[in-house]
Amino acid sequence: MKKVQFKSNYSQYFFLAPQLLILLIFLYWPIIQTFKDAFTMQDAFGFGSQFAGFDNFLFIFSDPSYFTAFKFTIIYSFVITFITGSIGLLLAVQANKVMHGKSAYKTLLIWPYAIAPAVVGVMANYFFSERYGLLHHLFNNLWGFNWYENVFDAYIYVIIAGSWKQISANFIFFLAGLQAIQKTVIEASIIDCKSNIRRFWTITFPLLMPTTFFLIIINITYAFFDTFGIIDTTTIGAPGSETKTLVYKAYIDGFKGLDLGSAGAQSIMMMIIVLVITIFQFRYIEGKIHYN
Amino acid sequence: MTKYISSTINHFILSIGLLIMVVPIWIIFASSTHSSLFINTNGLQFFLGDNFIDNYSRVLFKQSGFFNEITALKMFLNSFVMATGIATLSVITSLMAAYGLVYFKVKFATFIFWLIFITLLVPLELRIMPSYIVMSKLNLVNTFAGLILPISASAIATFFFRQFYKSIPDELLEAAKLDGTNSWSFFIDFLIPLSKTMIAAVFIFMFVFGYNQYLWPLIMTTSEQYWTVVMGLKTMYGSISDRFAFVIMSMIPPVIIIIFLQKLFIQGIFQNK
Repeated sequence: MKKVQFKSNYSQYFFLAPQLLILLIFLYWPIIQTFKDAFTMQDAFGFGSQFAGFDNFLFIFSDPSYFTAFKFTIIYSFVITFITGSIGLLLAVQANKVMHGKSAYKTLLIWPYAIAPAVVGVMANYFFSERYGLLHHLFNNLWGFNWYENVFDAYIYVIIAGSWKQISANFIFFLAGLQAIQKTVIEASIIDCKSNIRRFWTITFPLLMPTTFFLIIINITYAFFDTFGIIDTTTIGAPGSETKTLVYKAYIDGFKGLDLGSAGAQSIMMMIIVLVITIFQFRYIEGKIHYN
Repeated sequence: MTKYISSTINHFILSIGLLIMVVPIWIIFASSTHSSLFINTNGLQFFLGDNFIDNYSRVLFKQSGFFNEITALKMFLNSFVMATGIATLSVITSLMAAYGLVYFKVKFATFIFWLIFITLLVPLELRIMPSYIVMSKLNLVNTFAGLILPISASAIATFFFRQFYKSIPDELLEAAKLDGTNSWSFFIDFLIPLSKTMIAAVFIFMFVFGYNQYLWPLIMTTSEQYWTVVMGLKTMYGSISDRFAFVIMSMIPPVIIIIFLQKLFIQGIFQNK
């Protein structure tokens, strides 16, 4: 809020109205519906429904495939965050150092960021197809790759497909973070510490902390939600439902299985997870990091 | 001497990075210029073939889809309408809402603030089925309004504009008030020109976001007339080289936008930090 403001009785509502209206109809109405679904049990033919209390929640907690999806989502977001973060940081540090060709590197490394996850998934599909796939052949020669049956192989498939474009996002933000570090700090540190590698971990990396935490949140959100298009165009959750993310499972159960109660309860569980991550971000991270 | 060695290492690592990011696209592109027969017998290709014009023009103008009712060209048009609609609507509504929140005394301000920003916790993927039901009650299935409105219902842009307004010095409003500027002309004549970079960045971001939507168009369009590019990819039938060509074409618009406007985009996002 500003100290100096306009005094008016109605204009502020004129400015707020369009967004609030859209949010109420297209966001709050469905959200309320989600809560209603989550606490309602529908009979198998969809004729009637009745209040079910926490039955839908108890049902998903007793469902082993929900835990499979939970486990996969956690592993998936952890691995994607780690892989894309470290490769993005490595490339950003190199790109920040080179004298020649900086902008060419930057442009070529940035553009996969713009490609839709679903498009990346369709591409990955070709590289992992038995008929044409180069990566399929490579891994098959190494250890007998078969992602429809082998959980580990399916993980490799969706992790490669999911990480590829996210490297660009990490690269962009790390590079911007590096460029924001003042030259004088770096020059002073060169005098104190001769070793490049030690200097990076003791001076540069701590200064990049705000960017790092920002990217961790971005990467986790990406792995939770944006990978829908990747899963749906690559493994479709196979083998079994080993590579279904929580979002993908909620969609399959709700839209394909028409089990609105279970899908609603799953959505609410996801909202709670996102809420926890957000609170963690604001309380813990924002408090601990010093912005320069 | 060590300087040369370390710079060589830098370039070496960057080149590996480039290979990882560029080679997959190149292979799909090179393969898309061969005939399907050739691909089927020889696999993916590293070198260009001579079917570029044939393949790409066939894909653009051929009727495809499950019922053969749509061309790729029409899908591009649909995607553009959808992405432009989403970007325009969210920029306008967010610009206004952020103005209302920052520059006015609002009754129940905290409540309205939370009403808007709690929506960041609930992406469309989490309310997909109820959203579909709401849209069918409103008769918006198979319309552009149905494709655009729920995706514009996002507080991300409001959040960016709010941060930006807060960084503008209070003296600006004080001076404007002394001149007798009213709230409407302060918004139009002062804030919007000041926010130009931000507006452009948010517009680009939302355009790419809208263009890349996959799940929502998949659910909202039962009629092929409203298919968009990104969702059409999975459902489009055709020979293998047609599909390669379509994949390549589908990524051109957002990639061009990001490459040409990367400076603006990055600048806009980092103005906030």
